[in-house]
Amino acid sequence: MRDTTRGSVVGLPGSTASGGCCPTGLAAQLAAERMTDTGAGRWVRPAAQDAVALDLMVPAIRCAACMSAIETGLSNLPGVASARVNLSLRRVRVLFDPARSSAEDVVGRLSALGYEARPFDAKAMADIDRDAVGRDLLARLGVAGFAMMNVMLLSVAVWSGADAATRDLMHWISGLIALPAIAFSGVPFFRSAIAALRAGRVNMDVPISLAVVLAVGVSLYETAHSGEHAYFDAGISLVFFLLIGRYLDHRTRAVARSAAAELTALSARAATVIAADGSRTTVAAEDLAAGMLAEVLPGERIPADGRVEWGQSDLDRSMVTGETMPEAVGPGAAVHAGMLNVSGPLRVRVGATGEATLLAEIARMIEAAERGRTRYDRWADKASRQYVWGVHVMSCVAFGGWMWATGGDVYRSVMIAAAVLIITCPCALGLAVPAVHAVAGGRLFRRGIFLKDGAILERLAEIDTVVFDKTGTLTEGRPVLVSSPECDRAWQFAASLAVASRHPLAQALAESARGRGIEPVALDGVTEVPGAGVEGWLGGKRLRLGRADWVGAAPDDRTAVWLAEGDAAPQAFAFEDRLRADAPETVAWLRAQGLRVALFSGDSEGPVARAAEAAGIGDARARMTPAAKLAALEALARGGARVLMVGDGINDAPSLAAAHASMSPVAASDVSRAATGLVFTGQHLAPVRFAIETARAARARALENFAFSALYNVVAVPVALFGFVTPLIAALSMSGSSIVVTLNALRIRRGRP
Amino acid sequence: MTVLGLLIPVSLLLGAIGLAAFLWSLRSNQYDDLEGDAARILFDEADKPRD
Repeated sequence: MRDTTRGSVVGLPGSTASGGCCPTGLAAQLAAERMTDTGAGRWVRPAAQDAVALDLMVPAIRCAACMSAIETGLSNLPGVASARVNLSLRRVRVLFDPARSSAEDVVGRLSALGYEARPFDAKAMADIDRDAVGRDLLARLGVAGFAMMNVMLLSVAVWSGADAATRDLMHWISGLIALPAIAFSGVPFFRSAIAALRAGRVNMDVPISLAVVLAVGVSLYETAHSGEHAYFDAGISLVFFLLIGRYLDHRTRAVARSAAAELTALSARAATVIAADGSRTTVAAEDLAAGMLAEVLPGERIPADGRVEWGQSDLDRSMVTGETMPEAVGPGAAVHAGMLNVSGPLRVRVGATGEATLLAEIARMIEAAERGRTRYDRWADKASRQYVWGVHVMSCVAFGGWMWATGGDVYRSVMIAAAVLIITCPCALGLAVPAVHAVAGGRLFRRGIFLKDGAILERLAEIDTVVFDKTGTLTEGRPVLVSSPECDRAWQFAASLAVASRHPLAQALAESARGRGIEPVALDGVTEVPGAGVEGWLGGKRLRLGRADWVGAAPDDRTAVWLAEGDAAPQAFAFEDRLRADAPETVAWLRAQGLRVALFSGDSEGPVARAAEAAGIGDARARMTPAAKLAALEALARGGARVLMVGDGINDAPSLAAAHASMSPVAASDVSRAATGLVFTGQHLAPVRFAIETARAARARALENFAFSALYNVVAVPVALFGFVTPLIAALSMSGSSIVVTLNALRIRRGRP
Repeated sequence: MTVLGLLIPVSLLLGAIGLAAFLWSLRSNQYDDLEGDAARILFDEADKPRD
């Protein structure tokens, strides 16, 4: 089923009634793309007897009201057994009886409720969703937590003065709990340390494993000899706190990966192929081969590069080249994948699918750009490299020093060396960055900004230049009427003709007319001439609405449709791609922050200059090809600039990949979403500001955490070196520093929502 | 101090019950949608646990 009207429901005022907190911005944006074939039926899979399951992504779910609206709304559909919203992942899983409802009914109902839904391949996401690693870490964390609490209870008895046989008993029980718990919970660290040592490297996990093993070994020896100090509690709490850091790090990466995979799943597109016998089949766009004949209806994107074989239409090239003026095409015209067919049906003979396509060219440029970018050193890596050596040197010094001082007391020297390893506390360091990234990523996610990777936050905090694309990034990517005839009669005729067309300019005109309260009149013989305009008759007079040359007007550089009334002079309705509402404000803020702002566009000089003027950008360059954009960006980078590229089109993709950091709106082309680092939703540019602020806050918190860890070590290491560290001091300092670091990370949540 | 002979096993048992409950909740997918579960308490109608 092809349902081209589905998306338009979203725009109706009544449809937002499902709750003020559920912005329909994204829904409207996705609807604006007018995906006519979600191919929902392809993603249905059998779940139980008489029931099939369908997983849908519903990006507009924001709150409890949305959940209840969707679940109730879908449950009322005949044959639906259950509908369950997952608010964290913004998804719905529907179980229904295929005999009584179809996948399209489900999608249609969601659309009627005001939520644009996209089916996705749940099977491809299954690995990410099951999250075996995360569960494994959580289980180990649970065991370590249980053991730590019990050992601590026993240790409190020792600290408060238990001695002799009681103390030995406590130590033995502590050991009995701690040993198996550490053996189970410490596996991730031991495994990684062994792997590193085998490869001849040293990583963070080496001193951690060494500290844990030494602590447990020394404690066992102490316990067996009725000694005073046992460090079972320190060993297990070390494992516990580090597992928290490990789990947070994993969570951030998993969320980012799942966002990336969802964005990929979103782009699962279908194409209609016409066989030699005239029969039509639906295939995945990537399965198209050279020589196939693809049918592209108005509202669909061209699935592959090729030539028009039949049909007349206009193509919206904004996603591919950044040009806002639709281009008229007819048989023989070369078309590129990603262009939007706006007016008439086309049949496209798929051309070369391999190396020769525009997409392949772009992919090569992306690859080259990514190779050229220097490997980024994450903060945590930098810090831990210094740290690992420091710790090892320190404990060796402690061991050697005490061997010398005590004249060869091996037991005491090993004890002190172990204390140094434990007290230098990689806990704070292990938590310092993961906690910050988890909190910052969560804050961005709640605002509809999706991170692909934690390192992107670090890079985003370092930028000093922001380069915007124009069409679809700085602007909304859709035409808005800017000048029109005053005469109501002209408006009435134009509106009456415009409602008959799906051309974006015609639709924008019809919408403006509705806004002015103009009622269309009934015309006779209304026909759409693809690539030209709409024609109709009123009492023997011919009315035409369309391209300048078709109605007999002189074309100019504006984007306009012209109305010709009989033989009277044609009148123009001019459109402009309006700036996003907060673009000037965002640009002003960026400049106030001391960032350089530039505009690189593939569009012609006129519109680029106007947009730059309106947004307050001085450095605007027009008619840039993807290669020119990339070259300009690389020139900036050679000059020492760290550039944030904000773009959406296929022509921006190489620049997005080459830039120090990059952001794209969610309606961006598939290649761009794959090349970019952050994806933001909504109709505003404010997420750019929000992301930069959050990234900077994250950097500040991470640096503070490092500074705190360093300060802590400056105080704690001498204490350990001189042998004053008792198990009580080790336990207090370890938990204390971890808590301080985590609380500091949570400060990112404060500030503007 | 003989009371320790009773108290220590009791505290360990309680802890182990807590651990078992945690592992059970982990296995039965209760950590999959923390945000959603937090919001569900606002619904009026009786909500059944997920299948």
